[in-house]
Amino acid sequence: MTEAAMKSVYEQIGGEPAMAAAVDVFYRKVLSDDRISHFFEDVDMERQAAKQKAFLTMVTGGPSRYSGRDMRAGHAHLVAQGLNDMHFDAVAGHLKETLEELGVPAPLVARVLTIAESARADVLNR
Amino acid sequence: MAKVKHESQWYPLEAGESVLDGLLRQGVSVPNSCRAGACQSCLMKAVRGTVPEAARVGLKDTLVAQGYFLACTCRPTEGAELEVAGAEDLRVPARITSLTMLSSDVLRVRLHADAPFEYRAGQYLSLVRGDGLARSYSLASLPHEGVLELHVRLIPGGEMSGWLATEARPGDAVHVQGPAGNCFYVPGRPEQPLLLAGAGTGLAPLYGIVRDALGAGHTGPIWLFHGARTPAGLYLRDALRELAERHPHFHYRPSVLTGGSRDVAEGALDVLIRAECPKPVGYRAWLCGDPQLVLSLRKKLFLSGLSLKDLHADSFLPSAPQVETTASSASGAR
Repeated sequence: MTEAAMKSVYEQIGGEPAMAAAVDVFYRKVLSDDRISHFFEDVDMERQAAKQKAFLTMVTGGPSRYSGRDMRAGHAHLVAQGLNDMHFDAVAGHLKETLEELGVPAPLVARVLTIAESARADVLNR
Repeated sequence: MAKVKHESQWYPLEAGESVLDGLLRQGVSVPNSCRAGACQSCLMKAVRGTVPEAARVGLKDTLVAQGYFLACTCRPTEGAELEVAGAEDLRVPARITSLTMLSSDVLRVRLHADAPFEYRAGQYLSLVRGDGLARSYSLASLPHEGVLELHVRLIPGGEMSGWLATEARPGDAVHVQGPAGNCFYVPGRPEQPLLLAGAGTGLAPLYGIVRDALGAGHTGPIWLFHGARTPAGLYLRDALRELAERHPHFHYRPSVLTGGSRDVAEGALDVLIRAECPKPVGYRAWLCGDPQLVLSLRKKLFLSGLSLKDLHADSFLPSAPQVETTASSASGAR
C-alpha cells in the first residue's frame, strides 16, 4: 500500500484550508436547493457553516468528534419535520458536486461518498 | 439556588436567571443595553466563584484573564456562589463636545475622551451616562481624528437618545466603554472590491470603514449602499458625494423605498446591490444596521458568491426590550 493510500482523504485534499474552501461552495449549494433549504433556515449562518465544516471534516476522515449517537441526536428534530432519503440524497449530491468542482480526484470522491452513505441510518434515525 | 454578591450584599437568582436580570429585579443598577451578549455594556468582574463559559464569549482574552464576564449571558449553575464587581475600571471619562442634527431623526454626538481610547474605525462603544444608563453606538470617526463621533437615531421614548437630543449640552461629562465589534477594515489585498451596505444609522460604522480603507490606500472599487425609507432618512449625502468626487473608485449609492429622484435610487437595497454588483465573488463586505436587513443581505450576498470569511456584519440590536416588558408587566400588576 502506498503512503498516499494510507492518508485520510482529508489530508490528501489539503486538510483544514481545503475544508474552509469547500464549506462555502457546499453550504451555498445546500442553501440554494429548494428541496432541502428549509432544513437550514437557521439564521445564524456562521454557526450553520461551522456545522457544515464539521460534517465535511468527518466524511473526509479528518479530526472530528462526531459519533453515530451525535448524528442521531443532531438530526432527530429534522426527522420529525420529515427529513427522508430524498433529502439525504440531495445533500450527498451537493457534496459530490462540491468535491468535483474543487478538483478532488474521482477515487477520493467515491471514498467520501461511501463514508457519507454509512451515516445514512444515523442521520435518518433508523 | 445560585446567588450573587454585589457590594457586600447577597442576591438570590431564580432558576435559569441571568446575573443581570437577577440584579436588576432586586434593584441593583447595572449598565446594560442589548441583553444578547453583543454590546458588552453589562460587563462585570468576577471577584470570586466560577463564571459559565457562555458569559465570556466574544470578550477579549485580556478581559477574560482579568475575570470579566457579561452579566446578561451569565446563568450560574444551581448552588453557585459568585461575587461580582462592576467594570468601572474599564470606563474612560469623556465629555460631549458637540450635538448636531444630521437629519430629522439622526443626531451627531461628538465626544472627547479624557484618557486614551483605542479603537478601529467601524467598532462600537458603550456610552454611559452619569447615572449608569448605557447604550451602544457605532463609531463614525477615525482614531487619528481625536474625536469620537456617534450617529444617534432619535427613538420616540428612547431614554438615552431623548436625553441627548433635549437635555445634554456640550461639556457634559459621560463615560465610554469598549470598544467592541469585528466590523472594521484590515489592510491587505488593496485591489479587492469592497461592498458596504446599511440602512439608517448603519451608515455610521460604514462611514468610518470607507474613510479608513481610502486612507490606507485601497485601490479596488469601493461600493457604499445607504438605504432609508424616505429621502429625509438619508444623511451625510454631501460629504459622501464629495468623497466620491475626490476618489473615482469610490461609488456612493443612496437609496430609498419611496421618493426616489435622479440622485437617489428607489427600491429595495438588495435589488439595487444586485443591479450594481451582480456577481460579488471575491469581494469583501460589511453590513450594518437593522438585524432583519443584515441577515437577509448576508444570506443573499453569500448565495451570490461572497465568501463567509469576507462577510462582516454588525446587527444593531434594540436596547433592553426585556426591561420594558418587565416594567410594563410589573406596573400592570400593581
